[in-house]
Amino acid sequence: MRYVEEFRSKNLIKRLARKIEISAPRQPVNIMEVCGTHTHNFFRFGLDKILPAGIKLVSGPGCPVCVSTQEYIDKSIAYARRRDLIIATFGDMLRVPGTESTLEKERSSGASIFTVYSPLDALRLALANPSRKVVFLAVGFETTAPAVALTVLAARREGIRNIFFFTSLKLIPPAMDYILRDRRVKVNGFLCPGHVSCIIGTKSYAFIPKRYKIGCCVAGFEPLDILTGIYFLLQQINRKRPQVANQYLRAVTASGNARAQRITREAFSVYDASWRGFGDISGSGLILKKSLRRFDAGDELPLKIKLRTSPAGKEGCRCADVLKGLIQPPQCRLFRRSCTPQTPLGGCMVSAEGACHAYFRYRQSEF
Amino acid sequence: MCLAVPMKIKEIKKGFARAEAGGISRTVNIEMLPDIKKGDYVLVHAGFAIQKVDARRAEETLRMLDEIR
Repeated sequence: MRYVEEFRSKNLIKRLARKIEISAPRQPVNIMEVCGTHTHNFFRFGLDKILPAGIKLVSGPGCPVCVSTQEYIDKSIAYARRRDLIIATFGDMLRVPGTESTLEKERSSGASIFTVYSPLDALRLALANPSRKVVFLAVGFETTAPAVALTVLAARREGIRNIFFFTSLKLIPPAMDYILRDRRVKVNGFLCPGHVSCIIGTKSYAFIPKRYKIGCCVAGFEPLDILTGIYFLLQQINRKRPQVANQYLRAVTASGNARAQRITREAFSVYDASWRGFGDISGSGLILKKSLRRFDAGDELPLKIKLRTSPAGKEGCRCADVLKGLIQPPQCRLFRRSCTPQTPLGGCMVSAEGACHAYFRYRQSEF
Repeated sequence: MCLAVPMKIKEIKKGFARAEAGGISRTVNIEMLPDIKKGDYVLVHAGFAIQKVDARRAEETLRMLDEIR
């Protein structure tokens, strides 16, 4: 595949790995990969095995399933239990543990839950089932928000009244800012998410070197992209000149996709969203604008049952510390004992992009 | 979840395009990229083309990679 194979050249990977080894500073370096797809690919391509011991990659909050609140998951399950509704969801959500159940369990007891690839598939479900209401679980970051926005706007344009959006859309830069304000966090550089940055541009991270004197590099997702990103960050650390570098030149510009940003703004307003493990972060989420509230599941389909949600999630679960990069997954005492990909207790073990899942799957041999 | 795959635009029709990659063909929404043309490569996320892949800048990256020694 074009723009994929070129960035997997074994020769170049080896050369870059040597270069990284030479430029590794004496002191240990923590690089936070913000995006869950970086986490996953880092292990999948075995890059953890070729980095020098002093350079540690710590996972950040960029896995939407992992940062969705327990309340959101429980409400999604409550919607699934209503037989008058059809639920459309991205596949990752199915196995996320709610307080009492999962969407997957609800489906096996008869709930109408459809896994979709695109929000437009949810719109098609609504068209095909005019007598029923479809609830789309709109989970994601800046990358997914314009896609959801275009779907809501299409529903309005085409007069489709039986689709509702249950949103958990979040913004990455405010979460990075939140992490940096925690003094326990020791991050020397950020590998910034490539596809979020396609939309928002490199300018969105400018506050990080400016205010916190920590460097950033936007990187793509192939092995050479990730390694170059790490190499660029090491150069910044060595020269003590933090800035926002861009490795993903082929897709990311300084200002991003202005039209996509406009589309997002047309459908959503910014609000203080709640993140699993972090709590409320100012200006970190998107909700449907007042004029589009008739498509908002929260407004239009109020849940009458009382939820018994435990705010902290499962007892002993340390997803919150994992998401801040304060601990590595094996340091959680549930990891691999009671919490596994088959029986996940926290969000980070559910999604293939979660740090715990990636650790479990790719570093089995070390336990 | 922010996965996106580079696909080649084969045909454009009213806000949508047929795009191909690795032998797979898909209909993708192109409303975020109004200036896209047949033959361009785009990154596709959740059925939407979110950005054009810039061929010149991809070359630049590969050249830069080749120069790291």
